[in-house]
Amino acid sequence: MRLTPARTALGAFALVALLSIVRAVSGAGDLTSSGAVSAALGLAVPIAMAGLGGLWSERAGVVNIGLEGMMVLGTWGAGWAGYQWGPWTGLVAALAFGAAGGLLHAIATVLFNVDHIVSGVAINILAVGATQFLSGAFFAGQPGGSTKQSPTVGDIGSVGLPFVDVPLGRLEGKHWLLVSDLAGVLRGLLTDLSWITLIAVVLFPLTFFVLWRTAFGLRLRACGESPVAAESLGVNVYRMKLVAVVISGGLAGLGGASLALAASNFYQEGQTGGRGYIGLAAMIFGNWRPGGLAGGAALFGFADALQLRGGQAVHALLLLVAILLALLAVWQLRRRRAVRGLVSLGCAGGMLAVYLLTDSVPSQLTGSVPYVTTLLVLALASQRLRMPAADGMPYRRGEDG
Amino acid sequence: MKPALDVRRVALTALAPALALLIALGVSAVALVASGHSPLATMQQMLGYAALPRTQVLIINTASYYYLAAVAVAIGFRMNLFNIGVDGQYRLAALLAAAAGGAVHLPRPLHLLLIVTVAVAVGGMWAAIAGLLKAYRGVSEVISTIMLNAISTALIAYLLTPGRLAVATQGSNNIGTPPIPASGQVPGIDLIPGAGTPVFGFVVVSVLVGVAYAVLLDRTRFGFDLRATGRSAPAAVASGVNVKKMVVVAMLLSGGCAGLVGMPQLLGASYSYSLDFPTGIGFTGIAIALLGRNHPVGIALGALLWSFLDQSSQILDLEGVPKEVVTIMQGSTVLSVVVAYELVRRYSQVLERRRVGAALSGGEPACA
Repeated sequence: MRLTPARTALGAFALVALLSIVRAVSGAGDLTSSGAVSAALGLAVPIAMAGLGGLWSERAGVVNIGLEGMMVLGTWGAGWAGYQWGPWTGLVAALAFGAAGGLLHAIATVLFNVDHIVSGVAINILAVGATQFLSGAFFAGQPGGSTKQSPTVGDIGSVGLPFVDVPLGRLEGKHWLLVSDLAGVLRGLLTDLSWITLIAVVLFPLTFFVLWRTAFGLRLRACGESPVAAESLGVNVYRMKLVAVVISGGLAGLGGASLALAASNFYQEGQTGGRGYIGLAAMIFGNWRPGGLAGGAALFGFADALQLRGGQAVHALLLLVAILLALLAVWQLRRRRAVRGLVSLGCAGGMLAVYLLTDSVPSQLTGSVPYVTTLLVLALASQRLRMPAADGMPYRRGEDG
Repeated sequence: MKPALDVRRVALTALAPALALLIALGVSAVALVASGHSPLATMQQMLGYAALPRTQVLIINTASYYYLAAVAVAIGFRMNLFNIGVDGQYRLAALLAAAAGGAVHLPRPLHLLLIVTVAVAVGGMWAAIAGLLKAYRGVSEVISTIMLNAISTALIAYLLTPGRLAVATQGSNNIGTPPIPASGQVPGIDLIPGAGTPVFGFVVVSVLVGVAYAVLLDRTRFGFDLRATGRSAPAAVASGVNVKKMVVVAMLLSGGCAGLVGMPQLLGASYSYSLDFPTGIGFTGIAIALLGRNHPVGIALGALLWSFLDQSSQILDLEGVPKEVVTIMQGSTVLSVVVAYELVRRYSQVLERRRVGAALSGGEPACA
């Protein structure tokens, strides 16, 4: 089934309707509040940027587990340049630092044929070591800085659609079924957006256009599917891969910038918290496609935001997951996949039972909801994931794969 | 085979690690000079510190669990499975094993057996989730083990609260599982004279696991099948291997080995799983497995080197040298090892071509 704009809009509306019903049943108002939606968007951006970085690299056939390290470099660059020359310079520096990490990965994997995982793991270690080292040299002794933190960076500013905040806010306050929920979601998505969020959102259609609608993109993806065939058609595979991995690093660095400049306003050690790995997971979840990746990142961001807003919202999320699993079961049963359908139905029943028998999710466990959900979705949905055929394979010019 | 060629091959084999060490030392020296410290003096301090018996005990102790973590990762690698989840597996296993060990009183061999069995079973089963998902639902083990790591972190936070598995530790605001009684502790071995502290007794198990790994993978039919599946799944299927079963079994073995990672520390020093139990060993294990090129002896050397670097960072801190230099050294070692092997491989290919060329031109002229 192809995703047309009409279908996408219909799907989004159905999701809001479902959320609205769950909110009304559970009484967890935070589920569709503009605050939760806006927090979800902010939390999804770093994951989405790391995932987009992974997409560029893996589409060109280079597995990039070093995204985490490139993101770390990005956060440091944003803090270092940001506190001296302002947040926009910080953004550029984050891009450059991430790209430098990407260049190292590219040189190791493309020119020296180092195993992609080895190089990525090494970059993750190196990035942490290098940033700790540099923090000691540059931040310690500065006002507001320490060996673990940069001085404060100015606000990068936010942007929103004019004239909609007040009416949407008024509608949201009415608590009408569906109407107020829609208003809350729209208000969260359209007002008070960080500039970095806006840039991140624009990068998705841009990536799709470049990779799937231009000759450059076709060549780049050819390097990921069959470098030997690409070579025979005159594509400079080395150069393509180098460019793709450098862009990948830059995007991961941008994800780091969103943490250092939008989510907070300084660099801090350990700020990435494994989001590079989660971004990689979101990309695999999204089947190496920008649209799927955006969905995966949104899922992580939404669950993360609800978790930050307390146990009641996460408890309501259990009901939502139960309903989604039940819908999946119906779909599978109608397609005469009896065993899968029954398993899904069983999971849905289990979720519902947990929802009905408990009052709230223990605070320590709320953080695991996005991960459990991802595992469930991947395990129960039909597996049609296909990675680029030559992803992670070594390639040397003139040697038949 | 001619003896002359053997000498050359030995030289080439030794060349790669030597080259790697040189590259890593070079990168570290640059970092040291940039921060205004003398590389030579720093190296001397590190080596001098490592010569102390007390440091050597610490190095062996740390290496004992690094080794287990790296073997757990390497089992996966041999079958082309990337088990990033060793970290979550060992932490969950150590917590539940500590809780089980602290809850009962048994005669020593039984008590130890119980703790280690729980650890291996928990680690194995946690990893088997990823194995089953991979084999029967096609879920990439990379993504599922990352998710399982995050889930185990949450699960541990949930279980390690007073009223569930934890009690308050006396004299501090730390909490942990009830301490394991003496019958469940592993006595240390006085391996290094003059150190004052013994080496973890569990180091014996680490060595045994290494031997078992070597025998299982390189000397048994099962190991052959596992490696064959890793090299080429279709070829393995053609020779009658059940690939799905292999995936699950490999993850079980890897996770079982990961379950042991927390044991040297738990049974040799802390006797309780508390909030400050070491974390992140699983990720170190990945780096060491890569460093040792999945070879049982190579991994042992890698674990010792890594743990030497870790320990010597302590002295650097005291001497005013930024101890992050050590992390840079570790990262550049991993990268330079593989770069060095690739360079040596290309160089030996060139040598081989030249040798063949010389042999051909020296004998009968080849057909035009």
